[in-house]
Amino acid sequence: MNSEKIINCQNVWKLYGNNPEKFINSSEDKSLENIKKNNFIPAVRDANIDVYKGEILVIMGLSGSGKSTLLRCMSKLIDPTEGKVFFQGKSLTDLSQKELIEIRRHKMGMVFQHFALLPHRSVIQNVAFPLEVQGIDRETREERASKVIKLVGLEGREKYYPRELSGGQQQRVGLARSLAVEPEVWFLDEPFSALDPLIRKEMQNEFLKLQSMLHKTIVFITHDFDEAIRLADRIAIMYEGGIVQVGTAEQLITNPATDYVAEFTKDIPRAKLLTLNSLADKSDVNEYSMRLSGNEKIINVSAKILKSESNISITDSNNNIIGSINKDKIIKILFEK
Amino acid sequence: MNRFFSKYKNFLFVLVPFGFLWAIKPLMPSWFFIPPKSCLGGCGSIEGMIPFVGWINAGIKFLKSYEIFGLFTFRELTRSISKGIDSVLNFTEAIFYNGFENLGIEPLPWIMLFGLAIVYGLYLRGWRLALLGGACFFYLALFSLRGIYELSMETLSAIAVSAPLSALIGLLFGIVAAKRKRFHDALWPVLNVLQSLPHFSYLIIVAIFFGVGSKAGVIATIIFAFPPMTRLTILGLKGVSQEIKEAGIMAGCSKWQMLFKVEIPSARSSIMLGINQVIMQCLAMVVIASFIGQKGLGHDLLARLQNLRLGQAFEIGVAVVFIAITLDRFSQAMALKEPERLKEGNFFKRHPFISSSILVILGSVILTFITPFASRIPTEYTISISGQLNSMIKFITTSLFNPLGAFRDFMLVYILMPTKAAFQSLPWIAVIAFVGLIGYRLGKLRLAITVMLFVFFIAASGYWVRALITLYMVCVSLVICALIGIPLGIWASKNDKRTKIVQNICDTFQTFPSFIYLLPAVMLFQISDVSAIFAIVIYSSIPITRYTIFGLRNIPNHIIEASITSGCTERQMLWKVKMPLAFPEILLGLNQTLMFALFMVMIAGFIGTVDLSQEIFRALTFADGGKGLIIGLCVAFIGLTADRLLVAWSDMQKKKLGFIS
Repeated sequence: MNSEKIINCQNVWKLYGNNPEKFINSSEDKSLENIKKNNFIPAVRDANIDVYKGEILVIMGLSGSGKSTLLRCMSKLIDPTEGKVFFQGKSLTDLSQKELIEIRRHKMGMVFQHFALLPHRSVIQNVAFPLEVQGIDRETREERASKVIKLVGLEGREKYYPRELSGGQQQRVGLARSLAVEPEVWFLDEPFSALDPLIRKEMQNEFLKLQSMLHKTIVFITHDFDEAIRLADRIAIMYEGGIVQVGTAEQLITNPATDYVAEFTKDIPRAKLLTLNSLADKSDVNEYSMRLSGNEKIINVSAKILKSESNISITDSNNNIIGSINKDKIIKILFEK
Repeated sequence: MNRFFSKYKNFLFVLVPFGFLWAIKPLMPSWFFIPPKSCLGGCGSIEGMIPFVGWINAGIKFLKSYEIFGLFTFRELTRSISKGIDSVLNFTEAIFYNGFENLGIEPLPWIMLFGLAIVYGLYLRGWRLALLGGACFFYLALFSLRGIYELSMETLSAIAVSAPLSALIGLLFGIVAAKRKRFHDALWPVLNVLQSLPHFSYLIIVAIFFGVGSKAGVIATIIFAFPPMTRLTILGLKGVSQEIKEAGIMAGCSKWQMLFKVEIPSARSSIMLGINQVIMQCLAMVVIASFIGQKGLGHDLLARLQNLRLGQAFEIGVAVVFIAITLDRFSQAMALKEPERLKEGNFFKRHPFISSSILVILGSVILTFITPFASRIPTEYTISISGQLNSMIKFITTSLFNPLGAFRDFMLVYILMPTKAAFQSLPWIAVIAFVGLIGYRLGKLRLAITVMLFVFFIAASGYWVRALITLYMVCVSLVICALIGIPLGIWASKNDKRTKIVQNICDTFQTFPSFIYLLPAVMLFQISDVSAIFAIVIYSSIPITRYTIFGLRNIPNHIIEASITSGCTERQMLWKVKMPLAFPEILLGLNQTLMFALFMVMIAGFIGTVDLSQEIFRALTFADGGKGLIIGLCVAFIGLTADRLLVAWSDMQKKKLGFIS
């Protein structure tokens, strides 16, 4: 992972209610209870989070947890009540309207839950729309739009209107539109939540395929933990406006920061997610009859381990033994919660 | 007894003080029930407790000679506006029926309008719409023995000016109001008053500032026709989903790009519906604007009606209705038209509509050189059936004279007269207390004060007794409308087929310009309160029927299924489940019916009622601008009072049922 910070949120607050600025600036007690007691709705509470170049950061939470609001603070669709958001080192709140428009025209793309396609425009006109508002001439923009349409697999549908497309196809148009300006940061606000489960899976694969080609910096919102695990490099979990924990899926599962996170992760099949490393007994570096790489996912090697008579040696990427594992641990992971 | 009180406490709260004030009437001085007159503005023609009329007239007089920057007077400004409109009118009139004489260009041949209507109808919806459009122009051209074609073209050329102007003004107001809350809040009450003001009331003021003739007619029409456009524009722009707006911002739209590329196109169907409304309002004004000299169908319809030449009036009426239905269906189809993918192929295949329109235009121009029939059907070939109609009408009225006469007299003597007397005996203080108490019960102090001020205005204006007569006509009509509309709505809501039939009838009836309803009324009942109420009832039964159907058909399906599985019979389902749930909608229907009735009662004044409408017509004759406006405001405030209370009641019921929070 590259460590260049693309987006940097510092103490971002967003409260709804009557004169929340005054409350933030003057109140000593900014606890959740006190916020609610003063009739404010806490959308985002003191969020500190960075997005690194090229990563997929998934913000996860139930509805009303503030994940969409936080995303909109990052894209400056909403003004935070307090705190700063830096985009490539520039503070978004201090930019003029004109500079903001420039950033949006060239560096940001966004995909919406309900697609937000313009109903009076055909597929190609929708995709070319962000280019059109930049004043790019028709021929150039339609050529660029066609390329993106091909990329998302909608070739041949350029002249269709949104109402003639299925939900999955409409969201492909949404993806294409957000990619048309070749943005550096890609915001996706529950892009697949309105789709059927099978289509959702297909779109997730499509999304991963696109990302493997494009290497965008991505902030992805979802309320679906399975989706988060499938897609994320890192996951941020939000609860009532606050970021509870940020980490890889494995970190969240093995080391949940709060009961709330634990509750979320408890139904996730660990074997699919955890690697042998996380179970290895590092004190036992004896050589056993079988060696396995510590980076293997448990689910992939569990059959081998269960068939084996003795313990198994765990190796690092240079094939040096770094620990061992026994069957009991595997059985526990596979069959117990 | 206790149960009785608690069950009916809302009614008692209102009715007891009201009844008490009415009962003590004999003990009280006369100012208690008839608002006193005053000489605040110097005794003369001024009559009310507060001399509103005098104030308005003084205001008009001041404005007339008011100089702007010392350069020109306000009236000179308004007159130059009407001059501008006049020159645009000259242009459209030249296109439709005068021709450009000095250029040697003929007006549009009827065959071209006929052909274009067919092509456009086919393009928009299909052969049925094409047939309607074609039939309309064919009728106008063929039944033109008495010049219906020219009159229609005059009317169309006026609409061709007033409709786009109203739409444009309405759109601009709507956009600004949707963007600026303060402007919205200031505009809203003005729209409310404008839409409940009878049209006659500002005709005089328009005439004072803009003169008379078709140009003044256009101005009066614009004042009347732009409010619905504004409302629908606001509705449309506010209805654009948050996500779509965000998509626009994220694409990097500037403020104007946002408005013109994202918001307005997304609100397209609302805005197009607004244009449809504008066109219909313009048509509704066709007759009314003829009072200040607008030429065209309206003017002749009015003249024939006044001379009781019902056959000819009928023929013109059919022309008005034909034009109205055609324009309505075409503009509706336009509103619903979705953009379509272009077909592959050559120009003709890709643009079938444009190419066939060009063909029609070229073809009809060529035809005019071949035969005179193409440009205008020669008079000797046109027809009129007004003679036959006249004898038919005579036959009907003479053969029905006895039963209809008996019915009319019965209504008058046993129902209308006593009701009228009862209304006229209402003390004004009791009425103010009545609306205030209802307002308080429904919506607390603010609502109570608003409606009390409305009623006080009427009392103070000096037209209290006339207003009571208007109120009586409206209330009687309202009861009859409810007796017709609610059962009809219940019947129609039973299945899709019935609903469709009744809705089609409602659609068609609503398209008729209101003056048309006077025709059958006068035919059947001559000139009396009965004919006025008859006309009001036909026109105003439409909304209550519509809303009843809407309310009954929009009950959530699971509730219906739950009541079926609970073992309800059809009748139990209707009275125990459906009607209570549809009640808020039915109340809104009553509200609309009342608005329609108020509107119609003013027009019915034309066939001789003695309420506020008669006073308006008198003001019209004497060109008393202030009086016209004040009486108009009285009517508007009757409407607004009822509107506020009924809507509040409906909201309260909806809240109780959990439909809104």
